[in-house]
Amino acid sequence: MRSTLVLLAALTLAAAPAGSAVAAAAAAGAGEPPEVALIIRNHRFEPATLTVPANTPFKVKVTNRDTEPSEFESTDFNREKIVLPGGTITVFVGPLKPGQYRFYDDFHQSTGQGVLIAR
Amino acid sequence: MLGVALLVFREVLEAALIVTVVAAATRGVPRRGVFVGGGIALGVLGAVVVAVCMGFIAGSLGGVGQEVFQASVLLAAVVMIGWHVTWMSSHGKEMVVRMREVTDSVRAGSSSIVILLAVVALAVLREGSEVVLFVYGMAAGGAGKLGIVAGVPLGLAGGVVVGFALYLGLLRIPIRHFFTATNWMLVVLAAGLASSAAGFLLQANLLPTLGDQLWDTSGLLANGSIIGQAVHVLTGYEARPAGMQLVFWCVTFATLVLGMRAVAKRHALRARAVHHEPRCSGTRATSGSAATSSNATAT
Repeated sequence: MRSTLVLLAALTLAAAPAGSAVAAAAAAGAGEPPEVALIIRNHRFEPATLTVPANTPFKVKVTNRDTEPSEFESTDFNREKIVLPGGTITVFVGPLKPGQYRFYDDFHQSTGQGVLIAR
Repeated sequence: MLGVALLVFREVLEAALIVTVVAAATRGVPRRGVFVGGGIALGVLGAVVVAVCMGFIAGSLGGVGQEVFQASVLLAAVVMIGWHVTWMSSHGKEMVVRMREVTDSVRAGSSSIVILLAVVALAVLREGSEVVLFVYGMAAGGAGKLGIVAGVPLGLAGGVVVGFALYLGLLRIPIRHFFTATNWMLVVLAAGLASSAAGFLLQANLLPTLGDQLWDTSGLLANGSIIGQAVHVLTGYEARPAGMQLVFWCVTFATLVLGMRAVAKRHALRARAVHHEPRCSGTRATSGSAATSSNATAT
């Protein structure tokens, strides 16, 4: 039983940086990564093609102007986040190697498609 | 309709694969069906609650509420699976040493199954909340009723069928290797969940990436494909992993393997001290028990 507790403690320690990082990220302000903005309207991304700097971290801000929830998602750059109606979300991406990265609205894939071009 | 079915299928598939591994790992435990079913039911209930509270979750912690929530759910599942596999390894080894009967291992499984019930519930909750939001959006957007009424059950059925197929496949593993196999699957599954948790924390910028794309195997197996997604769920496979995800994967894997071995060794020593008996290393239980769960891993 004690060993199980030791294991749990080890796992908690592994997870602990997450908690302390919340504080660190909240304190951070200077040196903010560049930001690109997207709007979801009529289940489409505006603009559908975004150019971002390669080899540097950046933020993608997504605002949902529709009345239904969307999910900003990309398997190319491993991100997914729900964007509620009228809501805005931010995801941190990269640093990406130069190239093209597809993203989509998981809830409206027939129309919600876009591409990030890192260069 | 097919679009609806495909999205629901993908979400259900993720939960179904996890439920399947858990169901296999608890094979032979009495009333297991009740526990797995209860876990699924709790998960569905939780999914609705999460979907309803999504506005609150999304707005909390300065906008990173979703990521912290997802990472917390994933890491909770990792801890629970870790608990289960180490617990089983202590018991499994004890079983081999003492040559007890099947009933004991069944009792062991019963104690630990409550924890696995929670793992099932968390898996269903995570994927289910997306389905609820999606279907709510479809309904609110006045999308064709047929699309929802036909697409949702179709996707659900598809995901469940794949889960059952995997289960039947796992049943083909010979019984004396069965629990060793399912235990390793749980360890790899837990490592993958930890890696996914790291991914969410990176997305929220709460952790450094330690290199965003360590390698790129998307040409070989893309995460966007159904197979890639299934492998991702079962192992944490990423075509372009971040360094921090790899760290989480390896730390979890190593912790669980070392934990299992340490616990098994200690129990073996204690059992030997109590009984003053030589170890019966060649003995193995042959029926549907968890006795062999960690034979291989504990030596």
